[in-house]
Amino acid sequence: MATTTIKSSKQATLPVGSIILWIILLIGVWAAIVRYSQGLGSTNLADSRPWGLWIAFDVMAGVALAAGGFTLAAIVYIFRMKRFYPLIRPTLLTAYLGYLLAAGSILFDLGRPDRFYHPFFYWNHHSVMFEIAWSVILYLSILTVENSQLVLEKFRLHALLRIVRKITIPVVIAGIIISTAHQSSLGGLFVLVPNQTHPLWYTPILPVLFYISAISVGLAMVIVESTLSAKAFDRPVESHLLSEIGSWLPTMLGLYLLVNLGNLAVSGKLGFIFEGSLASFMYLAEIIIGVVAPLILLSFASIRNDSARLFQSALLVVFGVIFNRFNVLVWGQNGAFYVPNWVEFAVTAGLISLGTLLYIFAVKNLPVYTDHTPEPEQISEEAPLPAAG
Amino acid sequence: MAVNRRDFLKLAGAGVGSLVLAAGHTEPAAAESTPEEARRHPSMLYDTTLCVGCRACQNACRNWNETTAELNSEGMYDMPTDLSGSTWTIIKLYEEETAEDADAPGIFSFIKRNCMHCLDPACVSACTVGAMQKSPEGPVIYDVNRCFGCRYCMVACPYKVPRYQWGTTTPLVQKCTFCFGYVQPEGVVDDKNRLAQGLGPSCVEACPTGALSWGPREEMLEKAHTRIKSAPGKYYEDRVYGEHEAGGTLQLVLSHVPFTKLGLPTLDPRPLPSLTDPLNWSVPGIILGVGGLMSAIYVNRSQAEFKTKED
Repeated sequence: MATTTIKSSKQATLPVGSIILWIILLIGVWAAIVRYSQGLGSTNLADSRPWGLWIAFDVMAGVALAAGGFTLAAIVYIFRMKRFYPLIRPTLLTAYLGYLLAAGSILFDLGRPDRFYHPFFYWNHHSVMFEIAWSVILYLSILTVENSQLVLEKFRLHALLRIVRKITIPVVIAGIIISTAHQSSLGGLFVLVPNQTHPLWYTPILPVLFYISAISVGLAMVIVESTLSAKAFDRPVESHLLSEIGSWLPTMLGLYLLVNLGNLAVSGKLGFIFEGSLASFMYLAEIIIGVVAPLILLSFASIRNDSARLFQSALLVVFGVIFNRFNVLVWGQNGAFYVPNWVEFAVTAGLISLGTLLYIFAVKNLPVYTDHTPEPEQISEEAPLPAAG
Repeated sequence: MAVNRRDFLKLAGAGVGSLVLAAGHTEPAAAESTPEEARRHPSMLYDTTLCVGCRACQNACRNWNETTAELNSEGMYDMPTDLSGSTWTIIKLYEEETAEDADAPGIFSFIKRNCMHCLDPACVSACTVGAMQKSPEGPVIYDVNRCFGCRYCMVACPYKVPRYQWGTTTPLVQKCTFCFGYVQPEGVVDDKNRLAQGLGPSCVEACPTGALSWGPREEMLEKAHTRIKSAPGKYYEDRVYGEHEAGGTLQLVLSHVPFTKLGLPTLDPRPLPSLTDPLNWSVPGIILGVGGLMSAIYVNRSQAEFKTKED
């Protein structure tokens, strides 16, 4: 049985990694103590730079990277491409942890974390942030339902499991709707600041760009995360599935490039690309490394069919979107020079370690990898199905 | 002191406070006001040609609002260089160096910075929890009990006015209130609310040169345009900053140097919230559109599955 292989292998590969993760987590806990005892003054955030690493990376990039959850759910459950079923559980679990960590980092970034629940009681329907706050809370609930199968199966709570499986389709569709709303709205936040955002990144269609890039990076993250966990848990890589996902990426990246450059051309801003400023350099780096390079690389079947090179190409997409969020949020905004300080870095690193440790714990204890035959009573419309068209 | 609504209306009827129509600003705040509605809203005109940079306004603001003094590294009182969580208004100096002689006095101008009190404020639109509010009386005010510190208002403000109390574990966003105080519970008037007491803002009262004027917006605009007409070419572009910027502001500026030199950005007349309002209104469309599309694809695909199974 596959589960036994996992058990025997993880003892060989994980301890050193786990110890490092625990150390990073403990440093993060120390940074958290500093932040909560001294306030936000313990960071490099300032009046001229109200948002920094935590919002740019933990929230903006983190939520985009977790977009694989709703994208793959759409592919498997709505588009009925059931051959991707083996990837759905690890992807939904990663998405869940990603959103939990993004929500967790908001508790660090909010000036008054003790009032985190205020959006429930005080509404401002004009605010894009209000919409995002509600969307993230709702999508976290959706991910809780979707991931509850892992726990329900583990403890053989079949009555509840049957209910969860019955409502799978509506839940998945709700997740797609909510994700579409907030992935795009994260870009919408900056539609409000035309005068502070560099023209290379300011556009009224920023929500569209954020949405397309979220889907691209969500798919790329499925490749990255599946390859990494295959290595960590000494499992075979689902290479034919990953290379098929890789074959969709050039289309998504091409669409992104087309909308991005087309929009700059239509608004007469192409000249900014070559103005030779730091911003133009950042823009070029982001587009060439994060979009053009993987677009070309993944157009070759020989690269897509080579696990290592597929992984590296997907990593470029991930890098590109993280870079893009930093550009829009930090370097593309007017304001003082900003580099995060150790508290900000340590909290971020600590949260990533925590997520990784939780993932390892879940894989060890829950049926995340479903290459075992499902028990008869578990088979329903949405239960694991063998590879089929 | 607490002034209830009836007392306040009496007061308001008597003095300059007649500018302000009601005092308890906990009513669901107006999200924006049109220039038409803002004609009677209290407004401040600042004229750079009359300002001598004495900073009396700055100290009057600190005294009235009891913001903490800024101390230097030796623990002594020091002049702040920018707006901050404890400096709600500031006088800055712009000076152009003449090319021939660096010591010769060049063209210079003071500029008083404080909240512009937009007619349709970006910060109010941005605020997740509705802590930033456009009071029906005009000033943009803040509910200390609502704010949870996301700081989107600071990102959103085109004038970079809202500032944060970075040094505390229970921070607030801080900015000029036009001496209207914070948002208070129903029927309570902030004792910092000078308007409710029939007074203008403390900075206007302190100004010894007449660089600051105070009154209904239409009167301030009239005054500004009269000054421009009486001395054509004296004021930059012969126009009033704040008349149309991002939909207009209650703070108006007359300047003899370009506004951008004074840190006042060039803004379209279009109110900023009008850029993001369509986004939130598109949510029902996303629900119907994406939901409908996904349901259709699901039905279509599962029927195809069913057929292949039957065949």
